Amino acid sequence: MATDGSANDILQTATQLRAQIGGEQYHDKLMEAIYTDAAQIADQSVSREGQRARLGFDQLLDQALTHRIFGFIVMGLMLLGVFWLTIAGANVPSAMLADFLLGAVYNFLHQVATALSFPLWLSGLLIDGIYLATAWVISVMLPPMAIFFPLFTLLEDFGYLPRVAFNLDRLFHKAGAHGKQSLSMMMGFGCNAAGVIATRIIDSPRERLIAIITNNFSICNGRWPTLILMGTIFIGATAPPALASFFAAASVVTIAVIGIFVTLLVSAFLSRSWLKGEASVYSLELPPYRPPRILQTLYTSIIDRTLIVLWRAVTMAAPAGAVIWLSSNIYIGDASIAGHLVNLLNPVGMLLGLNGVILVAYIVAIPANEIVIPTILMLTLTLGRNIAGAQAGVMMELDEGQVYTVLTQVGGWTLLTAVNLMLFSLLHNPCSTTILTIWKETKNVRWTVVATILPIVLGVGVTFTTATIARLLGWV
Amino acid sequence: MMTTTRAAITLDQLQMGQIATVTTLNSTGLNRRRLLDLGILPGTAITVEMRSPLGDPTAYRVRGSVIALRREQSREIEITLPASVSENE
Amino acid sequence: MTTQTETLPTTACATCPAFNSAQLRKLGINTEDWDYVVALAGNPNTGKSTVFNALTGLRQHVGNWPGKTVARAEGGFRYDDANYKLVDLPGTYSLLSTSVDEEIARDFILFGQPDVTIVVVDATRLERNLNLCLQILEITDRVVVALNLMDEANRHGLKVDERHLMRQLGVPVVPMVARRGEGIPELLNAVRQVVRGEFAVRPHRIQYRDSQIENAVHNLAAQLDARFPGLPNARWVALRLLEGDESIERALTEGTLGDLQRGEAIKSQNERMTMGVVGYGD
Repeated sequence: MATDGSANDILQTATQLRAQIGGEQYHDKLMEAIYTDAAQIADQSVSREGQRARLGFDQLLDQALTHRIFGFIVMGLMLLGVFWLTIAGANVPSAMLADFLLGAVYNFLHQVATALSFPLWLSGLLIDGIYLATAWVISVMLPPMAIFFPLFTLLEDFGYLPRVAFNLDRLFHKAGAHGKQSLSMMMGFGCNAAGVIATRIIDSPRERLIAIITNNFSICNGRWPTLILMGTIFIGATAPPALASFFAAASVVTIAVIGIFVTLLVSAFLSRSWLKGEASVYSLELPPYRPPRILQTLYTSIIDRTLIVLWRAVTMAAPAGAVIWLSSNIYIGDASIAGHLVNLLNPVGMLLGLNGVILVAYIVAIPANEIVIPTILMLTLTLGRNIAGAQAGVMMELDEGQVYTVLTQVGGWTLLTAVNLMLFSLLHNPCSTTILTIWKETKNVRWTVVATILPIVLGVGVTFTTATIARLLGWV
Repeated sequence: MMTTTRAAITLDQLQMGQIATVTTLNSTGLNRRRLLDLGILPGTAITVEMRSPLGDPTAYRVRGSVIALRREQSREIEITLPASVSENE
Repeated sequence: MTTQTETLPTTACATCPAFNSAQLRKLGINTEDWDYVVALAGNPNTGKSTVFNALTGLRQHVGNWPGKTVARAEGGFRYDDANYKLVDLPGTYSLLSTSVDEEIARDFILFGQPDVTIVVVDATRLERNLNLCLQILEITDRVVVALNLMDEANRHGLKVDERHLMRQLGVPVVPMVARRGEGIPELLNAVRQVVRGEFAVRPHRIQYRDSQIENAVHNLAAQLDARFPGLPNARWVALRLLEGDESIERALTEGTLGDLQRGEAIKSQNERMTMGVVGYGD
C-alpha cells in the first residue's frame, strides 16, 4: 500500500479494506464496540441505592395514562379542558380588546386624522384599511393563543404528550403516518403555522412531510369564529329553540371531526403515492415525567409561540387591510375592483354553492382567516342593498340577528351556502403565514405547492358535490 | 425446568415481566441503524414496559430508556429468554 | 510540566466557582466578536436547551420530548474576559447514521472545529447517552461533559460517580441540575480550562475488539496521517471512510480535510450550515 498517496489512493485503500472487514456488518460491529464501552463505563459509574419508589410512581402513572379505558378518558378530558379553557377564557379579553382597538382607538385615530385634515383616501387606507385589519386579527387571535399555547406547553413539559402519541400511534400507523402527528394536529387547532413548526418532533422524513402537508386540516383559531357563527345562525336556527345551541355546537364539532378524517385519508394517500419514496424510520421515546415549571413555561410559550405567531399574522394582516380598502375604493368604470372580481367569480361561486363575495373574501383573507366574515359582510352590503350603513373597504361586525338578515336578504344565502362555507373554511389553502412556514420548514417548492393547492382542490370538489346533490334533490 | 428449546422467538412475543436478551437484528437500512443508535443490538437486555391501549406499539425498557417500537419492527428482532423460564426476582 | 495523572481541576478559581459565575454575562443573540466557539451537543431530551438558555439568557423553548431543536440556534455569553459563541446542535442519538440532524451536528463538530464541545448527558440514562459522548470524543478531545438531570437520578435512586466517569472519559465531567442553575459555574470553569489547555484531556478511545477493524483503521489512519500530518482526528476519519461516508469522502477529495489539518476553523462552513436555522425571532 502506498503510504504517501493522494486523496484518491486513500479512497482506494478504504474501498479495499472495506471489502475485507465485511461491508454491512462493519456498522454493526462499530456500534457494538461503542455500546460495549458505554455499558462498561456506565456500569462502573452508576450504582443503585435504596428503593425505587419514585420510579414506581412513574410506572404507575404510565399504566394509568396508557390504560385501555382510563387512558382515553384522561386524553379526552385533557383535550376538552384545554379547548374549554381557551374558548371560555378568551371570550372576555377578546371582547375587551375589540371594544378598545376597534372602538376607542379606531375612533380616536379618525379624530386625529380629521384634526390633521388628512385627505379621505389617506385616512381610509391607513385607518380603515391597514389599522382595522391588524386590530381585528389581534383582538380575535391574541387571547386564545395566549391561553392555548401555555396550556399545551405545560402538558408538553410534563411529558404527557409523548404518551398521547403512544396511545394513538396505531391509528396514524394505518394512515402511514407517525403517532406524533396527533400532537402537531392538536397544535394546528390553535394555529397551523405553529402546528407545522411542531412537526419538528417527528424524526422521520416521510412522516414529517405528511404531517406538514396535512396540518391545514386542523381547524385553526382563525377559522373557529366562522364555523361558530355559521353553526349558530344557520344550523342552530333549524332546530327547536331548546336544542339550538346543541345543534350549533354539534355542527362545528362535525366539521372538526371531518377534518381529522380528511387528515388521515390524505395521509394514507400521500404515504402510498407521492411520498412513497421518502425515507421512513420509526421510534418513539417515552421520556420520564418531570414536574413542569409553570412560570417559566408561561413566559417562554408566550414569547416563543404566541407573540411570534401573532407578529407574523400582523405583518400579514396589515397589507391585507390595505388591499381590502383599495380594492373596494378604486373604481374601474362603473364598479370597484372588488365589485368586478365578485361579478367575475360569482358564477364559479354559485356552482360551488357559495357566491362571488365569499370567494373574493377568501382571496383577500389569504393572509389571515380571521377577517373572512367582516370582509364578507362589508362586501355584501356595499355591493348590494346597504341596509346596515357599511362603508366601502371598512370591515364590519354586526350582531348575530343582523348578520342573518344581511346574509339571507341582501346576500341571498341559503342553508346550503352556510354549510358549504363551513366545508370550504375547512378545505381551502393554508393562510400565507402557514405557507411561508411550510416553505421554511421543508425548503422545498414542490411540497409547499402541494400543501397549498391540495386543500383547495378538495374544497372545490367537496362543495361542488354537496351543491350538486342539494340541487338535484331540490333542497335549494 | 427441562431443556429449553432455543427456537428463535421474536421481540413481539415477549410478555410483560419477562427479561430477554436480543440475539439478532433482522431489520435493514435506516431502521436497523436507528435500533443500533438506541442501543438495541445483540446482547442487549430488554423488557416490556407497556403496551399501547390500541394494541400497538409496545414500549420497551432498554438501557434505562423507554422506547416504543411497532410490531413490524419488533418482529424483526430475535431474542432469547433466560433458561429458567420467566421467574423474575 | 503537568503530570500525566493530573486531570482534576486544581486552579484556585475552581474552589470558588460561585465567585466566577458572577463574571458570566449573558449576551443573548449577540455573537459578535467571539473569542471562542462552543458547541452544545447531546441526546434529545437531556436538557440541552436549558443549558443553552442558562448560558446565553435566551429563551429557546424546550419540550420534554426528543428532537425538539432541529435547527441550529446560536447565542453568546461573556465569561472571565472572553466572549463565547454558543452553538446549540440538534439533539441526536448518534453521529453515525444518516439523518439531516446528525449531519448538521457532525459537520459542525468536525469542520466547524469548535474550541470546546459541551456534551449534555442525562444522568438517568447514562449508557444510552454515552454512546453519543464516546462518538464525539473520537472526533474531538476538547470536550466537557455536562452530567445533567442529577436531581432526576437521585429521585430514581441512582448514584453517579462523576469522578470515576471523569477518569474513564478523560475529560471534565460536571454534575448539574441545569433547570435550577446548579452546576453552571462549574461548567463555565471547566469550559475555560479546556479552552486554555489547563485541563490535560486524555479522551477515551473506543476499543474495536475486532482485530480486522482495528488493523484496517490503523492502516488507513496511518495513511491519512502521512498525507495530512497533524490531522486531529485521523482515526475517526478512517472509520468513516471505511463505512463509505460520502460527505467525508467529498471532504477528502475536495481538500476540506487538509484545512482541518492546519487547524483553521472553516468559517465558510459555518455560513453554509446556517441553512438549517429556522424559527426564533424572524
